[in-house]
Amino acid sequence: MNLLEGPPAVVAAGVEVFSAALRAQGAEVTDVDWRPPAFGDAGDLAALALDPRRAAANRTAVERVLAAGSRLVDVRPARETLGLTDRTLLHSGPPLTWEAASGPMRGALIGACLFEGWASTVEDAEALLASGGVTLDPCHHHSAVGPMAGVTSPSMWTWCLEDPVNGGRAYCNLNEGLGKVLRMGAFGEEVLTRLAWMRDVLGPLLARAVRSMAEPLDVKAVLAQMLQMGDEGHNRNRAGSLMALRELSPALVALDAPSDDVAAALRFIGGNEHFFLNLGMPTAKLAMNAARDVPGSTLVTVLSRNGTEFGVQTAGTGDRWFTGPAQTPVGLFLGDYGPEDANPDIGDSAIMETYGVGGFAMAAAPAIVRFVGGTVPDALATTERMYQLTLAENPAMAIPVLGFRGAPTGIDVLAVARTGWLPQINTGMAGRVAGTGQVGAGLVQPPRECFEQALAALAEEARAATAA
Amino acid sequence: MSARHVSLRSGVYADSVRLMQVSRDVGAREGVTAVLVAMATPLNVELAAGMGLAPEGSASPEQLLVGVAATDDDALAAAVAAVDTALAQRERSRATADAQPARTVGTALRDLEASPALAVVSVPGPYAALEAADAVAAGRSVLVFSDGVPVEQEVALKRAARQAGVLVMGPDCGTAIVSGVALGFANVVRRGPVGVVAASGTGAQQVSCLLDAAGVGVSHVLGVGGRDLSAAVGGLATLDALAALDGDPATERVLVVSKPPAPSVAEAVARTAASLATPVRSAVLGPETPDLTAVVEALLTDLGVAVPEWPARPGGRAAPQGAVLTGLYSGGTLADEAMLLAAPVLGDVRSNTPLRPELDLVIDPSAPDLSARGHVVVDFGDDALTVGRAHPMIDPTLRLEAIARVAASDQPAVLLLDVVLGHGADPDPAAALAPALRAAGLPAVVALVGTEADPQGWSRQADALAAAGAAVFASNAQATRHALDLLGAAR
Repeated sequence: MNLLEGPPAVVAAGVEVFSAALRAQGAEVTDVDWRPPAFGDAGDLAALALDPRRAAANRTAVERVLAAGSRLVDVRPARETLGLTDRTLLHSGPPLTWEAASGPMRGALIGACLFEGWASTVEDAEALLASGGVTLDPCHHHSAVGPMAGVTSPSMWTWCLEDPVNGGRAYCNLNEGLGKVLRMGAFGEEVLTRLAWMRDVLGPLLARAVRSMAEPLDVKAVLAQMLQMGDEGHNRNRAGSLMALRELSPALVALDAPSDDVAAALRFIGGNEHFFLNLGMPTAKLAMNAARDVPGSTLVTVLSRNGTEFGVQTAGTGDRWFTGPAQTPVGLFLGDYGPEDANPDIGDSAIMETYGVGGFAMAAAPAIVRFVGGTVPDALATTERMYQLTLAENPAMAIPVLGFRGAPTGIDVLAVARTGWLPQINTGMAGRVAGTGQVGAGLVQPPRECFEQALAALAEEARAATAA
Repeated sequence: MSARHVSLRSGVYADSVRLMQVSRDVGAREGVTAVLVAMATPLNVELAAGMGLAPEGSASPEQLLVGVAATDDDALAAAVAAVDTALAQRERSRATADAQPARTVGTALRDLEASPALAVVSVPGPYAALEAADAVAAGRSVLVFSDGVPVEQEVALKRAARQAGVLVMGPDCGTAIVSGVALGFANVVRRGPVGVVAASGTGAQQVSCLLDAAGVGVSHVLGVGGRDLSAAVGGLATLDALAALDGDPATERVLVVSKPPAPSVAEAVARTAASLATPVRSAVLGPETPDLTAVVEALLTDLGVAVPEWPARPGGRAAPQGAVLTGLYSGGTLADEAMLLAAPVLGDVRSNTPLRPELDLVIDPSAPDLSARGHVVVDFGDDALTVGRAHPMIDPTLRLEAIARVAASDQPAVLLLDVVLGHGADPDPAAALAPALRAAGLPAVVALVGTEADPQGWSRQADALAAAGAAVFASNAQATRHALDLLGAAR
């Protein structure tokens, strides 16, 4: 025991009189800014804190997250990659019914039905969806993720990413760009025209280009570089998108394809500053998949929203969803849209925060904090706070302004309860009304209920394991 | 009558976030009906057109589009000027954020590179295990001052600590001194060869202060918590502390201070003690065992140190006929010691922490009435009397009220009190106690546990209490015997 080897430095939590007495003796004292846990039954919290499996389980889980890699190995239609049968649509967030779906989710589902030719009019599509004629399933149930509505239909092309370390694949559809797009709930003619072009031209070109690359693109490396270039990988993907363009361009140009098509593809990629988001998300998904199913671990493996509910999964509770009402983001609006036009939080893109970037790496992208009228110090403070919610720092995702400290990675449900701080998510905002499209972007947090439920379930599991 | 301004500016660039912020701020001005300040991308030009703010001629994405609509010309001019100002404004910025204070022991320890280091936890009992578990997980020892921690949590913590090779002192551990650093309630005592393992905080304070008065110092005082020697906990921390002191080169003798342990635990402790290279002496309070002062005296003899006259200010008032013993204690172990010494002389002594269950005395904390109860000894530090208030070593209110009530009753009494000095304790206990004793006018005997080096100063406090008519002793056993003498003389 090294306790007796010399005068100890002291960390003090609780009554001030003891810290004062220690300081009076000239001892080195660090005061904890302690306050009662924000939620959770005291017995549940203690059961988790004292679960003898927890420390090792969390170490195992977070080490898998940190070790995970991400290689772009293929581009294929969702029909093939996700085994989507006809009349099945994937969506973002926890499970959802048509009845409970919000405006933008309905808009995207309608658009997908029109795109797939399952309905010829909006009314037909609504009737089809309302009658249960289309199977709805979360992307997360298929090792897939999708930004905003996340609606993925059989004919849409998907990025196929592979984790060379832990094995496994993750998938995401192709990013359509900004403004009136399906993922934001728009389904007009321009949306369907673009989706058809992506299906008929862009997807096949990307598939051939990716397959022709001598070395598969190391997407994790691109994500790491983005953080050095002012992106946080969720709301700001400018550098990452340009790097993706740089990596893909030679292969696209070298294809024996009509130059008009290649030019259109390059123009499309170059003109879409969120193009990389759909590569970053499955990269994060691969890492979080690696941490799934570690008994005793309180690490969060999924943060996701479907526009109605926010859903959380943890490493210690498998596929179980813990849900609460999705909150409405606070931020800035396009044109003359305002807060009343915004739909509640939507999208699988919070997988970025789950992985420790996005809102957690706010310090790397100070521009983002101005979405809520904040300052650069606010961005730094947000990231500093997130370090207190997380189990590790990801050395691969270094934040320059913090002296290249690794991004705060691996949200601990117990830490969320104890600090009272909720994970900070950067997000786009879809219009509340189906067909509107994007209305702004901003910041949002999960509802506390998700973590309350997760904590109770983890504690129950810990007690059962201790008793066994 | 509405007015509008639409312009395209070249050579101006700002990122879209900044521009959305400007749009929002200017849009909030009075008289402004629509604003779009954005780079003139096709998407934004289309948005502008939808708002009736389409620019004339062709626009390129490198240009800045400024479109404002207002209710009148004045509002418009002001709004356009506001756009210019906002675009010119530099954001206030600092290079670094203020460090966020740690919300948990785990976070604080993560940022701490110093070694050795330990945690002191005094948060409410239901949450203490959370913070203590952080320390154990980080490979650091921890002192848990909090009480009200469920015993199964204590066992789990101490098992984990044993595995991690660290020590959990507590829960309900009030005193420790580690390499000269006093944690919780502890006195300023000299460094020396005696290591103390204490299941009793005030007991440890008593023995370390007496050793100090005899010129002998302590290496470390390791508290283990009042429940450690129970059958449920099994002496986990006591055994670990004994082993730690045995391995400590500064420790030549070990003294274990406790109430009587559970028999199975006593055996385990005795076995471990016998196996150590360092001689171990026990001060176990019980009807058949020597008092704390006697054990310290025996230890001094072991060390070849002469037993001194223990500091005292004898004297004080005589006891009236028919007086009873009224012990008003802040330290549980000192209260026990007083009862153990008084019972053979006085017979039954009732208490809220009685020697035998049938002597139980229920004290109403809102009105601590002790009249007509015979001989009583109250432990004001007992958990039931500290709910929602500070420990009596910090907050004397309840005990001062009791003194006033005893004085006001018809029952003559001899007051026996402890006053514990040192770090963490009341900075000047005599300031409130001396006037209360003077006003009570009762014979009073004080066990003053402390040292000259304590912040309060033993002599300074002793003189103030003696001036108020109290007899003062550094030894609780001597103080108790003095009170018994007063009662004996009065019978």
